[in-house]
Amino acid sequence: MDLATAILLTVVTASTPLLLAAVGELVVERSGVLNLGVEGMMIMGAACGFAATLATGSHAAGVGVAMLAGMAMAAIFGLLVLGLVANQVACGLALTILGLGLSGLVGQGMVGQRVDPVGPVDIPWLGSLPVVGKLVFGLDPFVYASFALVAGTWWFLSRTRAGLVLRAVGDNHASAHALGHDVRLVRFAALMFGGACAGLAGAYVALVYTPFWVTGMTAGRGWIALALVVFASWRPWRLLFGAYLFGAMSIGQLHLQAMRGALPDFLVLPGQFWSALPYAATIVVLVLISRSRGRRASEPAMLGTPFSPDR
Amino acid sequence: MRRNFIALAAAAVGALAIGAGAATAQQKLKVGFVYVGPVGDFGWSYQHDEGRKAVVAKYGDRVETTFVEKVSEGPDAERVIEQLARSGHKLIFTTSFGYMEPTIKVAQRFPNVWFEHATGFKRAPNVATYDARFYEGRYIIGQIAAKMSKSGTIGYIGSFPIPEVVAGINSFMLGAQSVRPDMKIKVVWVNSWYDPGKEADAAKTLISQGADIISQHTDSAAAMQVAQERGVFAFGQASDMIKFGPKAQLTSIIDDWAPYYVERVGLALEGKWATGAVWDGLDKGKVKMAPYTNMPEDVKKMAEATEAAIKGKTLHPFKCPLVRQDGTTVECKGAGHLSDEQIASMNFYVKGIDEKIPN
Repeated sequence: MDLATAILLTVVTASTPLLLAAVGELVVERSGVLNLGVEGMMIMGAACGFAATLATGSHAAGVGVAMLAGMAMAAIFGLLVLGLVANQVACGLALTILGLGLSGLVGQGMVGQRVDPVGPVDIPWLGSLPVVGKLVFGLDPFVYASFALVAGTWWFLSRTRAGLVLRAVGDNHASAHALGHDVRLVRFAALMFGGACAGLAGAYVALVYTPFWVTGMTAGRGWIALALVVFASWRPWRLLFGAYLFGAMSIGQLHLQAMRGALPDFLVLPGQFWSALPYAATIVVLVLISRSRGRRASEPAMLGTPFSPDR
Repeated sequence: MRRNFIALAAAAVGALAIGAGAATAQQKLKVGFVYVGPVGDFGWSYQHDEGRKAVVAKYGDRVETTFVEKVSEGPDAERVIEQLARSGHKLIFTTSFGYMEPTIKVAQRFPNVWFEHATGFKRAPNVATYDARFYEGRYIIGQIAAKMSKSGTIGYIGSFPIPEVVAGINSFMLGAQSVRPDMKIKVVWVNSWYDPGKEADAAKTLISQGADIISQHTDSAAAMQVAQERGVFAFGQASDMIKFGPKAQLTSIIDDWAPYYVERVGLALEGKWATGAVWDGLDKGKVKMAPYTNMPEDVKKMAEATEAAIKGKTLHPFKCPLVRQDGTTVECKGAGHLSDEQIASMNFYVKGIDEKIPN
C-alpha cells in the first residue's frame, strides 16, 4: 500500500462517523428541530452497539442495536420537545449529558474487552484492481452506507413530495399545519432518522474506528457533526464535502507532524496549532462557499422554534 | 457517574454530620480518591482505581473508600476535595498533576486530614507527594524497539509536550541508541491524553510513514489495535493491552499504584502516616513491565537484564554524560546521572532525535 492510498483510507475512516451523524442531524434541522444531543445519541450507539456485538458476536446485531439506541435517545428528546414543547437547546444539552453518563453505565463491564472490527467488503474481482481496488471497492460497508445516505437525503429533500413536506414543516410550521400536515409526526420521524444515523455513527466508532469500548470514546465527534451541518448550510452535498475536508485536515496535520524532522523551522508550530487547524480551516472554507450563494436561503426558518398544534 | 453521585451525596450529608478527622481507631478509616478521568478509561484513572480496589481487598472492613471520577482540574477539584475532607475522610489521594494547588489549599484548612498528591512537587506537613518513574520502563522498550525494528524508524504518539512526556521520549531513544545508534524516531502529538479515534489515526499515520514499531504516551488501546491490524509491533501504556494486540504487543509499561496505596493506607491505619515525597519505579513495583511477548529469546533476555539492572540501580537511563540534540552536554547534577529535578523539568531532546519540540 503506497503512502497516498494509506492516507486516503485513513481520511475515509476519520470522516465517515462525522458524515453519518451529520446527515441525520441535517434532516432533523431541516424539519425545524435543533437537536444538540448528537454526541449523546452517538455515544449510546457506540456503547449499545459494542455491547450487542460482544454478546452475540454479530456485527449486524451490533449495528441494529446501535441504531435502536440512537432512536431511543431521540425518542426521549422528541417526547420532551414535541410532546411537552420543552426548550430544544436545554433538552439537547441534557440529552448529551444523559448519553455520556448512561453509556458509561452500560459499558461498565466492557472496559478492556475487544471485538473483531468490521472489515472491508470483499468484492471478488474489483477488489484486486490496483489503487481503485482498495480505495473504491475495498472500503467497509459503513462508508458506502454514508454515501448512499447523502445521496438519498439529497434526493428525498429535493425530489420527493415527502421531502417537500418536511422542508415546509421546517420553514413554516404554522402554514404546514394549516395545510393539514401533522407537524409533530413529521418532526418525530425526522428525529428518529437522526437518532438512527447518530447511532450508526456510534457503531462505526466502536466497531470499525477503534473496536473497543472506553467511556467517552466519541470524544466530541457529535459536536463536530453538529457544526458541520450549519457550516454546510443544511445541504447534503456540502456536508459530504465538509466532513471529508475536516477528515482530510485532521489526518493531514498528523502527517505533517510526522514529517516535522524534514520541515523548515518556521513550520515547527505548537501542537495546539495543528490540533486547531482542521476546525479553523473547515469553518473558513465552508463559510466562504456558503457566503455567495444565499446561505440564509436554506436555513430552516423554524429551526429551534417550538410548535404546539392547538396554538 | 453513579459513584460520583453517591460520593457527592455522602459528602453533602457528611458535611452536616461529622467533622473532619473525627475517625477514631474503632471506626473505619475513610479514604477518598479523586480521579481526573472516568474509571472506565482503561488507562490512568483505571489503574488508580485498581489500586483503590487493592486497598479494599487488603483491609476489608477496616476501611471505607470513596472515589469521585472525572473531576476537572481547577476550582471544581477544590470543592470535591473539600467535600471529601468535610465528610470524614481521613486520607485523600488526589491523582492528577492539576490538583496540586487545590490539594494544598484544602490541606491548610484541614490540618488533621492527610493528603497525598500524585505527580506534584508541593508538600506540607499533611500533604505527601508520590510519582512513578515511567521513564525507566521507556528505556527498556527503547532497547526492544531497536532490536525488533526492521525499518529503523519508531513511531511515537505524544500527548502534550510537557517535561514528563519529553523525558519519556528521551529515555526511549537513549535505550534504543544503546542497541542501535542510528535509530530514528517520528513523533506525532495528538494534543490530548485521551481520544481513541485520534490516537488510532496517529498510529496509522506513523505506520504509513515507515514506522514499524509504535510507542505511545496516550491512554487508550487504540494504537495497539491498529498495530495488530497492520501487522507491526507496539508497546502498551498504563495497563496490559495484550488483549488488543495479541500479536503486536511486545510489552506494556504498567502503572501499579496498588502496593503504594496499600502501604500508605496501612500506615494511616496504624496512625504512623507522615509526609514525604516518593518517586520510585521498577524497584518498588510501581512501574511494571507486562510479559515480554512476540520477540525472540535473546531480545527477551536483554530486556530482562536491563530491567534487573535498573531495579538494581546499576543502570540509570539518564546517566552522564548526556548530550543534547544541539550537541551541548547537559550539566550533571546527580550522582553519575541527572538529578530528579533535572528529569522532572526536562525540556530538550537528546542527540539523535531529528524532531523538534513544538513550542
